[in-house]
Amino acid sequence: MASIAPTLPLPAAGRFAWLRGLRAWHLGLLALLLIYPFVANSFWIVQIGAQAFFMGLIALSLMLLAGYGGMVSLAQMAIAGMAGYLYAILFGYTGGGAGWHWTLAIPVALLVAVGFSALIGLLSVRTEGIYTIMITLAVGVAFFYFCQQNYDIFNGHRGYAGLAPPMVFGVDWRQPLPFYYLAMGAALVGYLFVAWLSRSTFGIALQAVRDNPRRMAALGFNVAAHRVAAYAVAGLLAGVGGLFLVWYNGRISPGSIDVDAAINVLIIAILGGLRRPSGPFIGALLFVLLDNFAIDLIDRERFNLVIGGAFLAVVLFSPDGMLGLWDRLLLRLAKNREPRG
Amino acid sequence: MSHSPPEPRPLNRRRVLAVGLLALLVAVVVLMVSYPEVKAGGPTKLFLLTLMNGITLAALYFLVASGFTLVFGLMRNVNLAHGSLYLLGAYVGYSVIRWTGSWWLGVAAGFVGMALMGVLLQFVIFRRMEGQDMRQTMVTIGLSIVLADIMLWIWSGNTYQFEAPDFLTGTVPLALVKVYSVYRLVVLGAAILIGLGLWLFLNRTSIGMMIRAGVDDRAMLQATGVNVHLLFACTFAIGAGLAGFAGVVGGTALSIAPGEDVRYLLASLVVTIVGGMGSIPGAAIGALLIGLAEQFGLAYSPTYGVVYTFVIMVVVLAIRPQGLMGRKR
Repeated sequence: MASIAPTLPLPAAGRFAWLRGLRAWHLGLLALLLIYPFVANSFWIVQIGAQAFFMGLIALSLMLLAGYGGMVSLAQMAIAGMAGYLYAILFGYTGGGAGWHWTLAIPVALLVAVGFSALIGLLSVRTEGIYTIMITLAVGVAFFYFCQQNYDIFNGHRGYAGLAPPMVFGVDWRQPLPFYYLAMGAALVGYLFVAWLSRSTFGIALQAVRDNPRRMAALGFNVAAHRVAAYAVAGLLAGVGGLFLVWYNGRISPGSIDVDAAINVLIIAILGGLRRPSGPFIGALLFVLLDNFAIDLIDRERFNLVIGGAFLAVVLFSPDGMLGLWDRLLLRLAKNREPRG
Repeated sequence: MSHSPPEPRPLNRRRVLAVGLLALLVAVVVLMVSYPEVKAGGPTKLFLLTLMNGITLAALYFLVASGFTLVFGLMRNVNLAHGSLYLLGAYVGYSVIRWTGSWWLGVAAGFVGMALMGVLLQFVIFRRMEGQDMRQTMVTIGLSIVLADIMLWIWSGNTYQFEAPDFLTGTVPLALVKVYSVYRLVVLGAAILIGLGLWLFLNRTSIGMMIRAGVDDRAMLQATGVNVHLLFACTFAIGAGLAGFAGVVGGTALSIAPGEDVRYLLASLVVTIVGGMGSIPGAAIGALLIGLAEQFGLAYSPTYGVVYTFVIMVVVLAIRPQGLMGRKR
């Protein structure tokens, strides 16, 4: 039985090959994101900036699974919620919690999220394509109902409130500026990690499994193990996003992981595009902007109509999202330029 | 059409099982209605009441899921807006009942309205993206979001319950559990009749034969001159209509509120995953398992009730990934 290929960079690429892919506008964007909190008010820093980062992180886990693995999972919000719930239970909430130190509580919460994700992977790799969506949707919704009904562990429909990030280095990470940079750091690490993973031996094998599982199986690759491993990695990303989610909201309840939330992750990933790891972040920014300003566009209660309509428009007219739109625009520009010169 | 003399068919284990289960169910209910004087004590009564509730809930799930599985089985159309059809059918039925005062018209409106909606969906959405199942899934997810919001807009967030006609309301004396809601028994009967009707339709009529042929090999069916698009629209109309019908019937038995669409979509998904895609008997067995699991979960371990449903799904996926009655493709 072939085990999973070690996740080393391609030998030909060299140690600092990724530096060669760096363009001036990458640094410009990074500088812009770093300066941003100094010119924006706290609403724009936290509600738009930080939220786009961690929602993007959760959607990035879906992008990894769907874009590179060909497995569209609707359980990513459940995994994020699992991490958030465990953080609440282990670290503490208003009036309770196990009171573990954060150095223990956070790794355990993330580990359980990874395990949960791998379990979902084990379950769903037995089927393919649309069946994966159905099963992961069923798992996600079942987890939601479970959290809602279960008072022993998940405290029923009320969930847990009074959650905050731990005080580390004497910094209150709930303040807008630290929270923004923390979320940005996590998003950046997640982005670079997925970008690197996609070029690693494992990532390439995963993409090959997506394109032709039978051939990969014939070549001696363990198709199921690659898929489950992808689920586990995605679980880590979603788990980190889930921690930020509960820090941002200050609470976790079944309402944060209901079917709407699960589908929002899909919307974000699809809006942005599943081709590259930058897609989910673009999608998240768009989503967060719509979320906050749909009120001004249309009646305040009709957010779902706006976001559902946007989602429908994207899947109907540009199936590869904003990234696809951007790529096509570039292509058209290049084509227009060609004949002239 | 001429029939060749029937060949001696090998005993179909599945069919025997299905018929046996059904006969047992009917026999138990008939016996319970016939001997209402038999009494049972506390725990037994709770058990039997839960059993009855589970079976009648299963009837409702079957009505919804059979449409889902039929549409999927024939057209490979993943209609994740199926739950929305259930809820929309219920709301339409509610409005018609309030308008006309007739429950029967409401039920009819639920069925016909959603059947038309199904045809519309087939022609506007699914026909344009045949074979692109991932895109269909996404589009129907988008549709269900938009539909849910529009329904919230029109019918607000209130909970509705409809009044069934007088002779369907009230209770009937029943053995062991003392009394039981007439209406729930009627729902059970309706589900069994519809299930049998669907089975006969699929197995004994020429349209049903075409549908089954389409499930096996669509291209070949088309090559024999069958108007596949008409057939698809017809199947979609039946599937969607059943969801709308179930909406009104379910709204009378339980209640209707925003969020029910998700609940019935989940039920349809799990029932179809457990029972096997595209199989009507599979939907019946899946619905029975899930309905019972849900009710027993609620009655005996309220905070872990959902786990039962989930465990059933996991076990079935582990042993038979194609579902209990599904065929390997």
